[in-house]
Amino acid sequence: MKPRHKRIALIIGGLAILAVAATLVLNAFRSNLVFFFSPTQVAAGEAPKGKSFRIGGMVKEGSLQRQPDGVTLRFVVTDTEKDMTVAYKGILPDLFQEGKGVVAQGKLAADGVFTASEVLAKHDENYMPPEAAKAVGDAHERAAANRAAAEAAARSIRQ
Amino acid sequence: MIPELGTFALILALCVALTQGTLPLLGAHSGRQQWIALARPAAIVQALLLAVAFGCLTAAFVRNDFSVLYVAQHSNTLLPLPYRIAAVWGGHEGSLLLWVLMLVLWTLAVALLSRQLPNHLVARVLGVLGLINVGFLLFILLTSNPFERLLPGAEEGRDLNPLLQDPGMIIHPPLLYMGYVGFSVAFAFAIAALLSGRLDAAWARWSRPWTTVAWVFLTAGIAVGSGWAYYELGWGGWWFWDPVENASFMPWLLGTALIHSLAVTEKRGAFRSWTVLLAIAAFSMSLLGTFLVRSGVITSVHAFATDPKRGLYILALLVLVIGFSLLLFAMRANKLMGGGSFALVSRETSLLGNNVLLTVASVSVLLGTLYPLFLDALNLGKISVGPPYFEAVFVPLMTPVVVLMMFGPFLRWKDDDFVAAARKVAPAFVASILIGIGAAMAVDHLTWRTALGLFLAAWVVLASIQLLHGRLKERAGASAGSRLRSITASWWGMWLAHLGVGVFIIGVTMVGSLEKQLDVKMQEGQRAELAGYTFTFRGAIDADGPNYDAARGIIDVTRNGRAIATLTPEKRLYWTQGMPMTEASIDIGPFRDVYVSLGEQLQDGAWIVSLYYKPFISWIWLGCTLMGLGGLFAAADRRYRRLAERDAKVGAGRSVAGAA
Repeated sequence: MKPRHKRIALIIGGLAILAVAATLVLNAFRSNLVFFFSPTQVAAGEAPKGKSFRIGGMVKEGSLQRQPDGVTLRFVVTDTEKDMTVAYKGILPDLFQEGKGVVAQGKLAADGVFTASEVLAKHDENYMPPEAAKAVGDAHERAAANRAAAEAAARSIRQ
Repeated sequence: MIPELGTFALILALCVALTQGTLPLLGAHSGRQQWIALARPAAIVQALLLAVAFGCLTAAFVRNDFSVLYVAQHSNTLLPLPYRIAAVWGGHEGSLLLWVLMLVLWTLAVALLSRQLPNHLVARVLGVLGLINVGFLLFILLTSNPFERLLPGAEEGRDLNPLLQDPGMIIHPPLLYMGYVGFSVAFAFAIAALLSGRLDAAWARWSRPWTTVAWVFLTAGIAVGSGWAYYELGWGGWWFWDPVENASFMPWLLGTALIHSLAVTEKRGAFRSWTVLLAIAAFSMSLLGTFLVRSGVITSVHAFATDPKRGLYILALLVLVIGFSLLLFAMRANKLMGGGSFALVSRETSLLGNNVLLTVASVSVLLGTLYPLFLDALNLGKISVGPPYFEAVFVPLMTPVVVLMMFGPFLRWKDDDFVAAARKVAPAFVASILIGIGAAMAVDHLTWRTALGLFLAAWVVLASIQLLHGRLKERAGASAGSRLRSITASWWGMWLAHLGVGVFIIGVTMVGSLEKQLDVKMQEGQRAELAGYTFTFRGAIDADGPNYDAARGIIDVTRNGRAIATLTPEKRLYWTQGMPMTEASIDIGPFRDVYVSLGEQLQDGAWIVSLYYKPFISWIWLGCTLMGLGGLFAAADRRYRRLAERDAKVGAGRSVAGAA
């Protein structure tokens, strides 16, 4: 085989590997990306049906309920604006606590309950999962904006 | 006083690093012997200074000096002494100090163990290492000084994160950093070769043992980290595709490619530009890993403080290193052409294929790791890329790597006949397909993934036996002992490491296919069954430690009425941070682990217990151990030292001839 042919063969081989890898990556991206939604976005119907996604926020105080088997649980995740019921079977992470931040991954069931396959909590007591922090922060901003709008409206009525 | 001494040592080390990073390089360029001669003493002084700085920080931890901010943030008077020492690298500032300490230790090793190498080359290698250290020492002094005072001092420290209070914390970071930072030596050798324009087989030979040893440390560091995660995080996973794990895995993949590419460059003079690029890329991945971990851009167990200034600094350093290296590479590209030619069917081609695949695999890991960051930075939404992505991409890319790994050693260098090679390989190939499918059916889990994994593993084992047999047959007639002795250490290294890959695949496949798990509520005296084992909960007792309260569950494990083990998982509550922790208990066996962790206690006194059955999981670490051992064998080959001396003599003769 001539050196030129050999080089072409090697280059074609290399390109083939790259093409296969690119296809794999794109395919895997398309089917395996997990998007994040806040409870408000889910309530507004933005979350995908039948596909896995993540939600985050605070665990509502006093919302954790256990079935008699001890490992089937329900709790409410809130971004202070909208609430969302989460069902989960398994052991909660060490740092799961009512009133603290949480992120859960799973699917939305037909009855509007979020069926979690995985519950993630933070790694130390001061740390808030960024997604959860963002969900709560966004809700606070909207609330502040609403309050400001309401006050402005009230002022304009008084005048 | 001691912390100020530490800062002072750091500043002095920076001055020495500046000297080491400039004068020897200039001296090697202009041929000034006095400047060249500065390199070794500078490396020694720097190592001493950083040892002093590191000692000062350790002393501050041992003495509970909470007037040092970093100590106050990461320690506590109740923290046991071994963890107080390990807490030195329990946060951002200290782990950077560990980084530079490792860098100067490598530099010192090069300075002391390079007597046979030409002086101008050693000066260049040490010079490049000095420049890298300038970058990191400046980083520490400008943004992350661990000796910063807290005035007035705190009464009590905030304590080390309980997750890190584990023997794993004592060995995992130093091993990993030795590996990470070790690639800087391969990088320095590559840059030195580019600077001198002498990129021949001798350069590859000098750089090979260093690269292999760094790779061994990285392998060990990753394996220990994975084992730590397995028993510490309480749910028995051993690899999470967490961004920080990926940050250490990407340099590992490139380092693996580099080791093989260096072999070709040394033996055949081929792939020279590719080898240089890989050396640059492997070290850049180490820097990128440092950036990912230290900048706080990712969410992870490992992510410490979030400070944009720090992230920017490392990013700038990364851009500078990569930009400068590639520029130099482009300027010298004309010297990199040529080298040993080889036919399409040859060992070179199989190694080239492996190299390309390993590089592509590491790029795909990089994409999956960085993609969420890009989307977040561009405000396109928050996403996460989880294990399914990495598995979907990684398994198809690594399968041909394993196939080539078993094909390559049967091929001759330079030129071989495909049919003849295929005939050699075919019996083991066919046998392992049958074994793979048969074994998958035998364990009653005939999925394509299980069958593929077991087929690959069987092939690795069979081909290894065939390879050893062929090697011993070469010297027919000699005694068995002398036949074994005639095999070189580096051949044993290759053989062991490849066999390790097979053992690793068995572990991954079996635990991935056959593990079983059960979460169950247990009252005292209650039983649960899993995978043929009976677990009896004997209740929980108090088992308080030096800085935590704990409940220890007592669980008897029996199989067919025969006692197997008594497992004692704990649920701990660490006082200072008020943080609960799960401490799993494992009965380790050669063919299976039985793993138990304790959930929480319910109001009626019952406990939630997680039971796991993990077949063959120890084979994962056995495989890593074999790979690491293989690396040690390869690096210990006497050939390197013998040939290095010869090369140095040839080089010296040449320069004498040139002077004459």
